[in-house]
Amino acid sequence: MGVRRWVERWPLYRQLTGTDPLGRGAAAKSARSLTLTARTDTADSVARSVCPYCAVGCGQRVYVADGQVTQIEGDPDSPISRGRLCPKGAASKSLVTSPLRQTTVRYRRPYGTEWEDLDLDTAMNMIADRVLAARDETWEDRDDEGRPLNRTLGISSLGGATLDNEENYLIKKLFTAMGALQIENQARI
Amino acid sequence: MIVIQGSNMAEAHPVGFQWVMEAKRRGAKVFHVDPRFTRTSAVADAYLPIRAGTDIALLGGVIRYILDNELDFREYVVAYTNAATIVTGEYRDTEDLHGLFSGFTEENASYDQSSWQYEGAEQNIPPRDTETQRETAAGLEHESHGAPVGGDTQRDETLQHPRCVYQILKRHFSRYTPQMVERVCGIPQDKFLELAQAWTANSGRERTSMLVYSVGWTQHSVGVQYIRAGAIIQLLLGNMGRPGGGVMALRGHASIQGSTDVPTLFNLLPGYLPMPHHADHPTFDEWVDSIRHPGQKGFWGNARAYGVNLLKAYWGDAATADNDYCYGYMPRMTGDHGTYQQVLNMIDGKIKGYFLLGQNPAVGSAHGRAQRLGMANLDWLVVRDLFMIESATFWKRAPEIETGEIVPEECRTEVFFLPAASHVEKEGSFTQTQRLLQWREKAVEPPGDARSELWFFYHLGRIIRERLARSTRARDRALLDLAWNYPTHGPHAEPSAESVLYEINGYDVASGRPLSSYTEMKDDGTTAGGCWIYTGVYADGVNQAARRKPGSEQSLVALEWGWAWPSNRRILYNRASADPDGRPWSERKKYVWWDAEKAEWTGYDVPDFEKNKAPSYRPPPNSSGVAGIAGDDPFILQGDGKGWLYAPSGVLDGPLPTHYEPVESPVRNPLYRQQANPARKVYTHPVNTLNPSPPQEHSDVFPYVFTVSRLTEHHTAGAMSRNVSPLAELQPEMFVEVSPELAALRGLSHLGWAHLVTSRAAVQAKVLVTDRVTPLRVDGRIIHQVWLPYHFGYEGLVTGDSANDLFGITLDPNVLIQESKVGTCDVRPGRRPRGQDLLDLVVDYRRRSGDLVHRYPPMVTTDVADSSSDQEA
Repeated sequence: MGVRRWVERWPLYRQLTGTDPLGRGAAAKSARSLTLTARTDTADSVARSVCPYCAVGCGQRVYVADGQVTQIEGDPDSPISRGRLCPKGAASKSLVTSPLRQTTVRYRRPYGTEWEDLDLDTAMNMIADRVLAARDETWEDRDDEGRPLNRTLGISSLGGATLDNEENYLIKKLFTAMGALQIENQARI
Repeated sequence: MIVIQGSNMAEAHPVGFQWVMEAKRRGAKVFHVDPRFTRTSAVADAYLPIRAGTDIALLGGVIRYILDNELDFREYVVAYTNAATIVTGEYRDTEDLHGLFSGFTEENASYDQSSWQYEGAEQNIPPRDTETQRETAAGLEHESHGAPVGGDTQRDETLQHPRCVYQILKRHFSRYTPQMVERVCGIPQDKFLELAQAWTANSGRERTSMLVYSVGWTQHSVGVQYIRAGAIIQLLLGNMGRPGGGVMALRGHASIQGSTDVPTLFNLLPGYLPMPHHADHPTFDEWVDSIRHPGQKGFWGNARAYGVNLLKAYWGDAATADNDYCYGYMPRMTGDHGTYQQVLNMIDGKIKGYFLLGQNPAVGSAHGRAQRLGMANLDWLVVRDLFMIESATFWKRAPEIETGEIVPEECRTEVFFLPAASHVEKEGSFTQTQRLLQWREKAVEPPGDARSELWFFYHLGRIIRERLARSTRARDRALLDLAWNYPTHGPHAEPSAESVLYEINGYDVASGRPLSSYTEMKDDGTTAGGCWIYTGVYADGVNQAARRKPGSEQSLVALEWGWAWPSNRRILYNRASADPDGRPWSERKKYVWWDAEKAEWTGYDVPDFEKNKAPSYRPPPNSSGVAGIAGDDPFILQGDGKGWLYAPSGVLDGPLPTHYEPVESPVRNPLYRQQANPARKVYTHPVNTLNPSPPQEHSDVFPYVFTVSRLTEHHTAGAMSRNVSPLAELQPEMFVEVSPELAALRGLSHLGWAHLVTSRAAVQAKVLVTDRVTPLRVDGRIIHQVWLPYHFGYEGLVTGDSANDLFGITLDPNVLIQESKVGTCDVRPGRRPRGQDLLDLVVDYRRRSGDLVHRYPPMVTTDVADSSSDQEA
């Protein structure tokens, strides 16, 4: 290796003489990092998404390989965020791939002291049973003057601000048809 | 200019804040008003420290400054606001009644609004009972008002009539002097004048100023009036409906705007239609007429079509003209069914089952102990979340386990935890803070048993309908007739989110053609649509919310990125960006204008006006609905087409904002004899103890003011950040920021422990001594404020006491949002006691501050002591 090539391998030299005066790109690369490929380049697919935290609505690109999320980056096309994400948005991949995420149904029986496992279908049927029973036990047909009430005050629900419009729509539609009025979400808080 | 108040935008909405910095780079002045110096303050041109809970006094000072110096944008104000409108002679102001308006009824602590009306009583629609409106959060439920007013008003465009709104405003705010601002808020007069001068200098024909707020404004017992006060300034200065202007609400959750538009709220149906009330809306016609107010002007005049379309979307073929489109199926409100009433009802054993859908009230709602005691007294609880949150594990991990208030072996609540799908594991739309819908593509399948809410509720509905299939009971018809056929796909039979969006958008019943605009909605059952304000999001069968034309390839308005309601308009009421004749106010601030040649409105945005209605259009006599809006009336949802400086109806705690002290305050109201909002929503319940405030005795037991807000690295109740290792590592511990002066006074040391005590709870935190919080001189004495983040709880990678445990429950009367941005407390060095000792400590404070019985101050303050500025008449 000649002296000139040897000097040119110094990041500082390349930073001072090349096109990367801040030393945050090409100048900082080593022989090894030159050979690396970004996860975003090898992804099987990219989903156009939106950050799930606050309501600014920053664009996200979700990179997927082998059915797993491998990276989430800001979407430079977004006129709202122009590719930027804040510390929370930038941690979105850690959010969706967190080892602390619950992936199975857990059940605590009345007066129980520990969680138990439960099959999802069983849970769905048990919840349906309880909803119908609570509704029947607390149903109100009419008020004192005979005007319709058509409702139950035995069931409550809280949540929606983190959910999709389509989800909120179905929640309100189903609860309204059941006569369950007491639906609320973070917008009240 | 950009005024940020009640918001720490740089830290809570960092990526949105890039646009503030961009504006600053181009010469805009940035002002920040906050109890605490934050990163937003650090980059602002000016920072004004303020005593928490006194923003109306400051804003009122700005209003007085504008009016006294005649700095309003007069042409805009006369043409586009109700400044010239004359109010009835019966109206009495807070100036006359020691801080109350005329019409206050002591027995139910609410206002009869008839004396607030515009002159010409025969024009006015009798207002609904206001106590009912408070209980059902009906004050502002039509979003952009739409509250009833008479169509033809009497006006004095010279603004000289003593009863015109302009003069009423002038008188109402006359005592909000710079001296008074200093006395109430603790803001030095020169700082106040710097703000007032900059705001007025940067508004008018050539310039606009923007106002930004967040929950620092909404979470107060007078929250709605904070925003009214900001809106009055923006109207007086001509900053509404114009580029670079407006009142910008920064909301805190990915689709909290969507969950208000397509509401999971007890008092609303999609598109801000009211949930029926048993006495006020027994029939379909009464329900519709309560929204459209027959004879009234504006776009609510078509409410019958919006209502029919919703019912058709809900009940499909079963909904016909003959059965009033199944209106009879709708459940009816009888009063307050809000989340705080629910929690108290849980404690009282009235509620059997509770669903928590991505929300964590054990940490995120006011009075955490009440939340947990309520959940511990249910038959069953369903928690759907990504993580094991505090609200799922209260029965084994709550602080009340240690105090013995919850005993696992005695707690009957059956808990189902069902894992939820994350935002990348399902498709659907979020509506962000500027009403913009953005569709998300699905990236991967959810893991294990995790499912979307769409899946959960579709299949729960399917199972329930199957159970009831043979039922003949009348009460089950609403479920059996429900239009509940959504196509499903994939291994888990996931319902199609796009098919739900199509139903929300609306369609022609016979052909299935998606509607392009809510103006296509019919009131005869031939069209169906689930949320009228969202009509157009699926125009031409295209998912408009999924549009992703790069911002770099379109104009700054970016009309082809996502879709904004209504009708893809990015700035509401943008007709006001042109003068009454339809010409831009200035070349610099050109946005939407009238093209006389083509006889249509045009511009950079979708005009928020009928496309071909000329500026010269004047409604014929006795016209109503949309036809009643004149060609120079930009505020098309208002009954008079005007921006409301003064609200003749619809706002339950007064036609004008008035400074009342927070419910818990160490300070006697310096402005009026009336101490706190007389129409506030109060819950009398043994669990809901309140700290005394002047003129009650013993307020000195809780001498300090505390306020709470967000950190950049955490998200609300913490589930989505305290379980995420990079974020947990960045902000690992609960802490409290105190000033060096208070630290010295109370013997607190930096990085040591302190605990805060209220009559509800004591919580501990690490001490951060910093001059970011500064003592303020208020009404001749020093007031110390402390600040805490509210993200911590007892689950997750990092844990800590919950700041929301400190708060009691008192609500704004218009929207039933709790006062959780300000309270009083004591601050003590060291960790808090545990177990029974903790209960004893709180009980001791309650005893010292009065007695053990919960004590609520009277709604109307009669004590004249210390109320020096409010002289007896």
